Amino acid sequence: MAVDKDTVAGIAKLARIKVDDAEQEALTKELSNILGWIDELGELDTEGVQPMTSVVEVQHSLRKDVIKDGDRQDDILKNAPESKQGYFVVPRVVE
Amino acid sequence: MADYRLQGDTGEWEVVCGLEIHAQIISDSKLFSAAATEFGAEPNSQVSPVDAGMPGMLPRVNQFCVEQAVKTGLGLRAEINRWSAFERKNYFYADLPQGYQISQYLHPLVGEGTVYLDMPDGSVVPVGIERLHMEQDAGKSLHDQEPGKTYIDLNRSGVGLMEIVSKPDITSPEQAGAYVNKLRSILRYLGTCDGNMAEGSMRCDINVSVRKPGGDLGTRCELKNVNSVRFIMQAIEAEATRQIEILEDGGEIEQQTRLYDPDKRETRALRGKEHAHDYRYFPDPDILPLIVENDWVERIKASMPELPDEKKQRFIDEYGLSAYDAGVLVAEQAYADFFETLAKGRDPKLAANWFTGDFFGALNKAGVELDAAPVDSAKLGELLDLIADETISGRIAKDVFEEMWETGKPAGQIVEDKGLKQITDTSELEGIVDKIVADNPDQVAQVQDGNQKVKGWFVGQVMKATGGKANPKLVNEILAKKLG
Amino acid sequence: MADTPSRPTEMTLAQARDALANGELSSKELTQAHVQAVESARQLKAYITETPERASTMAEAADARRQKGESRGPLDGVPIAIKDLFCTKDVLTTAGSHVLDGFTPPYESTVTSKLWDAGAVMLGKTNLDEFAMGSSNETSYYGAAENPWRRQGDNRPLVPGGSSGGSASAVAARAALGATGTDTGGSIRQPAALTGITGLKPTYGRCSRFGIVAFASSLDQAGPMARTVRDCAILLGGMAGFDDNDGTSVDTPVPDYEAALTGDIRGLKVGIPKEYRVDGMPREIEELWQQGLDWLKDAGAEPVEISLPRTHYALPAYYIIAPAEASSNLARYDGVRFGLRETAGSSLDEMYEATRAAGFGDEVKRRVLIGTYVLSAGYYDAYYNKARKVRTLIAQDFAEAYKQCDVILAPTSPNAAFGVGELADDPIAMYLNDVFTVPASLAGLPALSVPAGLDASGLPLGLQLIGRAFDEETVLRAGEVMEKAANFTAEPAFVAGR
Repeated sequence: MAVDKDTVAGIAKLARIKVDDAEQEALTKELSNILGWIDELGELDTEGVQPMTSVVEVQHSLRKDVIKDGDRQDDILKNAPESKQGYFVVPRVVE
Repeated sequence: MADYRLQGDTGEWEVVCGLEIHAQIISDSKLFSAAATEFGAEPNSQVSPVDAGMPGMLPRVNQFCVEQAVKTGLGLRAEINRWSAFERKNYFYADLPQGYQISQYLHPLVGEGTVYLDMPDGSVVPVGIERLHMEQDAGKSLHDQEPGKTYIDLNRSGVGLMEIVSKPDITSPEQAGAYVNKLRSILRYLGTCDGNMAEGSMRCDINVSVRKPGGDLGTRCELKNVNSVRFIMQAIEAEATRQIEILEDGGEIEQQTRLYDPDKRETRALRGKEHAHDYRYFPDPDILPLIVENDWVERIKASMPELPDEKKQRFIDEYGLSAYDAGVLVAEQAYADFFETLAKGRDPKLAANWFTGDFFGALNKAGVELDAAPVDSAKLGELLDLIADETISGRIAKDVFEEMWETGKPAGQIVEDKGLKQITDTSELEGIVDKIVADNPDQVAQVQDGNQKVKGWFVGQVMKATGGKANPKLVNEILAKKLG
Repeated sequence: MADTPSRPTEMTLAQARDALANGELSSKELTQAHVQAVESARQLKAYITETPERASTMAEAADARRQKGESRGPLDGVPIAIKDLFCTKDVLTTAGSHVLDGFTPPYESTVTSKLWDAGAVMLGKTNLDEFAMGSSNETSYYGAAENPWRRQGDNRPLVPGGSSGGSASAVAARAALGATGTDTGGSIRQPAALTGITGLKPTYGRCSRFGIVAFASSLDQAGPMARTVRDCAILLGGMAGFDDNDGTSVDTPVPDYEAALTGDIRGLKVGIPKEYRVDGMPREIEELWQQGLDWLKDAGAEPVEISLPRTHYALPAYYIIAPAEASSNLARYDGVRFGLRETAGSSLDEMYEATRAAGFGDEVKRRVLIGTYVLSAGYYDAYYNKARKVRTLIAQDFAEAYKQCDVILAPTSPNAAFGVGELADDPIAMYLNDVFTVPASLAGLPALSVPAGLDASGLPLGLQLIGRAFDEETVLRAGEVMEKAANFTAEPAFVAGR
């Protein structure tokens, strides 16, 4: 399926990637090509087939409720571009 | 109970509400990581790299959280889905470190159930539960620390939540309030959530729509994060009123997310929602489907405490209480336990009256919780015993109770010290009655003319003369005899 | 196997292990030789980060253990390279992306931690396609790693394949005895084939994914890359195993993989999937494939014609599933808690958009956008769910095939190494490089690429053996038989230290 520029702009917004006009143009073409190729899947009859959730045929083993992590504020913050008083700091969120 | 209706210019309107309650699961560690869940620690000190969404970190489901959710599902009389799945809800927010919330969407752990509301008039209203699913909590954003900045604390990030979604069965603010209280009560009985709305461990979103009685469901608006029972009730009324005004002006309701402002008593649309959310849910490939075996559910079932509804019925059957009293007593496990200790070997109605009357009054006045009250069930029981064996009258008992509350002294000692023992000596009382009768010939005449009210005046005079210590039954008998 | 070479960097991992064991060589000497090799191979850009000091400390510790008779086994003192997708505590971890600028994890991946516990020595972190998205290494923010091979009479640089191109290049150039890779749709096998080395993608769930920067979680799997099948077997033994930190890792015992190399494949049924004979397959690849089958037949295996009818749809299904998962996995690179932050304007959303625009390269953006699109409202069923159904069918195809055979033989890649820049402008042509590797990835099966011959221009070509789930042993056993028969002794144009 071909996508148009507005669709590309919309998904770029959803994905929070700034895409300028020229890039939008190029991406519209590239994504349309890729999606066109992917569309081959439509040929295959998948009526009644269960979608695969996991290739591993075991169930998730559950974790015991034990505190074994935390109390490592320095580790958590050391890579932060900005932090103060033990908090991560970001530009003001407008509610 | 009469149906709740709002009066508009064009006639009556019905309100239809569905509630989504987010309840923090009581557990030591988080839903997907081994960091602690405790409230109020240093910022970012209860965070594992998993909770901070660091590269390569993987979620691991906490077995106890699943158990808590199953327990809650059973408490809501709901079906437990033996196969459920975690999915990712994708959106960007500063306190959502992974860029997605792990939740359950298509395949929740718990399916349909029912909660019964105990209304003040004694009626019981069933509210359907649509589902209960597990998900992780987000961190917290602080907007007031520094101009132009938001501070992020991830301590809460990853704490287990149960989202409990009701069916749109709630048709008045009172029912909404009763629903939240009942749910809170069930969760607290089960020990699966502490129900503390002030600290945010229980949070409420409300879907509100209005319609003409019996008409089709209207377009709904969602009120986010309304965080007390009182505000929930106010918010529903405010939002319903707003919608009715729009509809009666010929307008249409726009489906949107709104916030309730308790100061202005009105709701307002959330800003910044110009592009609709598209959460792109898909099964979380890091978490294999959750299988809950039958025998596990059976073991959980066997460990369930008696829940408010069963307890209420038992109180009615066993103690002969009214539905209303029983409902009040079972609202909190601690109340129910207090009552049962108090009622043991005593008159249950007397116990219920004292507990829900004077004792609750004193609690409210002092603004303390039950466990901090200066009078415990043993002490109150002693007081009831003194009433039962007619050592003191009910009237004197109220004074003794006040003294007990203030000083913490036992009832017997107060009665002893203050000489409050009831006068049950017939001859002593006869002497007092004779004197009053002799001193008040006019009143005697009125009684003899058939004015029964004045009989009560004589009782009062005897009580006054004895400092309230006269046995009321004896006084009535003697008066009847003397006044004819 | 040839006599043990005098140059320690030209030993196989197994030879080095033996030399360490019998005292001919210390880990310090072995490691020093490799540290020099890493330096002298810098032109290949195989490594993003070199860790010579750490290597030296680890080597000394290994020697000390050995002297006390406390050797930790075959990997103790063996210098290896780590794909820079594995988080290594306090060592820069980039995933080949600008967006992870300066990121030093406060934790170690389970696989690397097992390797260090086994005594392995870390030479450094190897180059890769950004977030492992690519088949040529050209999408790395740190510049494309180069293939040490050259076409005959042509000195133009070639790609080492991808995404584990740096690991492949380092091992091929003798700048590491072995390396870790990760394989999502072919990222171990294809670069192994293109650089003339051996690479194994284990069964999904065999190695823990904990601490590996996620690309597509339902497909990602760590595995060994080395110059021989035996070396891969030894390395896999150090990497595999259940991990309580990864809910998708499988709790099943780790066998002695080296012991599986018995050389005896008599009666082994080798499946040849007819659907892998794709149109336009170069004749030399088809011939090599036949040659591979003949080698196995000569050793007593029985060829079986099999059918994997949905093969054609594996690649498009993969290019829905992998980007969909990636679009979500990469949401955490938002400039808040680690890595790059670009501030533009004053709002949080502007920061997100600027950070991710600057931090991600073109291929990553393409895939994140495709993934976002196929998951979005209205397209989920047509794309994502459809692809998951196709995946079920592809897994069923393999299950059917394994009723008739024990292992499947196929080419690894439809072509030998190509020139830098040759496919850079054509994403789909690049994606087609994974045509033979993706089906096993979707089905979660173990698959090994073994160098089997050279093409007309003198570049290595690989053959792939795909096994049943958790049957790495059969794959390795058959692989070693094929390796012996192929007697692949050709060497790349560039060998470190020569």
